[in-house]
Amino acid sequence: MTDSNNQMPDNQMTGAEIVLRALKDNGVEHIFGYPGGAVLPIYDEIFQQDEIQHILVRHEQGAGHAAEGYARSTGKVGVMLVTSGPGATNAVTPLQDALMDSIPLVCLSGQVPTTLIGSDAFQECDTVGITRPCTKHNWLVKDVNELAGVIHEAFRIAQTGRPGPVVVDIPKDVQFATGTYTPKPEIAANISYQPKKEGDLKAIQAAVELMASARRPILYTGGGVVNSGPEASRLLRELVHLTGFPITSTLMGLGAYPASGKNWLGMLGMHGSYESNMAMHDCDVMVCIGARFDDRITGRINAFSPNSRKIHIDIDPSSINKNVHVDIPILGDVGSVLEDMVRLWRALPHKPAKGQTEDWWAQINRWRARKSFSYKHSSDVIMPQYALQRLYELTKGRDTYITTEVGQHQMWAAQFIEFEEPNRWMTSGGLGTMGYGFPAAIGVQVAHPGALVIDVAGDASIQMCIQEMSTAIQYNLPVKIFILNNQYMGMVRQWQQLLHGNRLSNSYTEAMPDFVKLAEAYGAIGMYCDDPKELDHKIEEMIAVKKPVIFDCRVANLANCFPMIPSGKAHNEMLLPDEATDEAVANAIDAKGRQLV
Amino acid sequence: MNAHQQPTGSAYFIAPETAKAESHTLSVLVSNEPGVLARVIGLFSGRGYNIESLTVSETEHEAHLSRITIVTNGTPSVLEQIKAQLERIVPVHRVLDLTVRARELGQERPIEREVALVKVVGHGERRAETLRLAEAFQAKVVDATVEHFIFEITGKSSKIDQFVAIMKPLGLMEVCRTGIAAMNRGPQGM
Repeated sequence: MTDSNNQMPDNQMTGAEIVLRALKDNGVEHIFGYPGGAVLPIYDEIFQQDEIQHILVRHEQGAGHAAEGYARSTGKVGVMLVTSGPGATNAVTPLQDALMDSIPLVCLSGQVPTTLIGSDAFQECDTVGITRPCTKHNWLVKDVNELAGVIHEAFRIAQTGRPGPVVVDIPKDVQFATGTYTPKPEIAANISYQPKKEGDLKAIQAAVELMASARRPILYTGGGVVNSGPEASRLLRELVHLTGFPITSTLMGLGAYPASGKNWLGMLGMHGSYESNMAMHDCDVMVCIGARFDDRITGRINAFSPNSRKIHIDIDPSSINKNVHVDIPILGDVGSVLEDMVRLWRALPHKPAKGQTEDWWAQINRWRARKSFSYKHSSDVIMPQYALQRLYELTKGRDTYITTEVGQHQMWAAQFIEFEEPNRWMTSGGLGTMGYGFPAAIGVQVAHPGALVIDVAGDASIQMCIQEMSTAIQYNLPVKIFILNNQYMGMVRQWQQLLHGNRLSNSYTEAMPDFVKLAEAYGAIGMYCDDPKELDHKIEEMIAVKKPVIFDCRVANLANCFPMIPSGKAHNEMLLPDEATDEAVANAIDAKGRQLV
Repeated sequence: MNAHQQPTGSAYFIAPETAKAESHTLSVLVSNEPGVLARVIGLFSGRGYNIESLTVSETEHEAHLSRITIVTNGTPSVLEQIKAQLERIVPVHRVLDLTVRARELGQERPIEREVALVKVVGHGERRAETLRLAEAFQAKVVDATVEHFIFEITGKSSKIDQFVAIMKPLGLMEVCRTGIAAMNRGPQGM
């Protein structure tokens, strides 16, 4: 900390200068934002420097998702800058999105001058009040001398423990005021927030012993492995190699274990693979690593994996025993706990017998043989699954990053695109935010200018943040939008079909824009394909283009996403694609509804 | 395997709650900074927890610490969640479930006390009866005119409930209660 008797003159600066200095001291290179009255002093400072690049978005929601994509693909903190009032309220969706998916995000917001707070001033809102439930923590900084310390603390809280979004609300007069810059403290001043990284060794030892006794084990991993850093993924792979256990992952954790690995069962959950869900249901020891027993994962909670003993590794104590009771909770960072786990497994005096899990693997292979992601190919229309298979085949081996919007296309992407590395897959899991994928892809492309970044989108989702095409053009970000266009909000339609007598209330995309012309209007490249025979060639053309592309891929309109655990059902009650014939699906639909198809 | 033959009904599965709810008293030590109470209360409303009583005051001036005492009720798993969720709030230093702690110490309950101010208005014979009863409850007169008394009464919530009930027919005008302050018995600190 600065010694007040020995003040360097260059410690004195305006609040706006403090903001820029603190960002640089926290290693920030890019921020995503949109100017406005209450942040003009900060924008003036941005103008007068070139160490930090500001990416101008077209809507604050885009700034937030771009910062999320940036954060998830780099492991760094994403930074967004918005003005007061509508700037802050538009940031709420990405903040909640980052909270639910544990993405480190620092949002700086302008606020009306302190003297006007509470007076219903122009573009005033209670930013701290509005964002309190959708952030890990937030601050209103009323004293310029506290500003630097708060920003340093904001970065620490965003990226340590269970990562999450934070908001620093800075009134305009504080941005103008002169104060003292305090450098980043070596040891954090805030004593009430000290997350624990190391797991309890006794609990880890008990876990390892339980794992060694397992006859039907499974590893169930999640976004926590990705958040813990590349070393955690490496250790996970080592653990799988040592134990020989089968492994599945949530939507958020894809890539932590390679899809080409022989122990990989595919994603689990509502639209996960048959083998992963059946294995979850029938296992005797479950090791949950950095996942949170979300309702899309567990299905009917009182029928969830009824005969297993459960180990749960999580850095957030509130995740333990929240939805599912676990037998051995281990509080700590996934990377640190896995390191201990690998070491203790190696040190086991009696390794499990060679054939201990042989029957289990035989059973798993029988489930695998059901090929639950299979679909009927068509030579006339492009099946959405086929489109993604081809997209994957033609992009694998490249430096590829995939983002998605939310809906059927998102689930198909998770099923058919294979990930070999963590941080390559950006999707809105917890909040399920349509409109996430395109700005997130922009954030990824900013962080990885030479990479191939593809937003797998739906025709409905893409229209939620399409304005960011202007951003992509402005900064020469050659993001590819691959729209699986079925002219429906496909997932909504699927649920209406299953649950609401096929009354397709408001789920048809009326007045669809011409996506090719739309791309051209922005100065991007528009492409169209509705013929399976032309698909490969067109995808290759899309990859070769060094500009943003909207690829309007017309797919079978009424394809549904299977397999599926219908809500309220258990893991072993999956609806499989070969059983989900039109007739079977229609069984749940009354005669009147059927006439409406 | 024949899931599609039964209507699924809802997008979410709602399991019936079978465990019994119990009332617990929590002590929460927080940094005394703007908005901290809103964070705690917002957590309870946002996650659908109950608040039966809430008191808050600065307890350690130099350390800028306040102590919040919350009486809540829920099933054992909900109470465990409440504690874990409270601990997640950045300016929260410690959360102690006094009810659990009392059980660990082999005691029935923590000490729980409340203060109330009770205004009773009346004339003549009723005033004598009011005073006599107040004395029995060890309520102190802190203000009076020929028409009214204000009593200060300290004790368990049940005692105050009873006192207020008795005062009702005697001209009860107004009641103000502090909510519960609580602490575990014995020499150990929080």
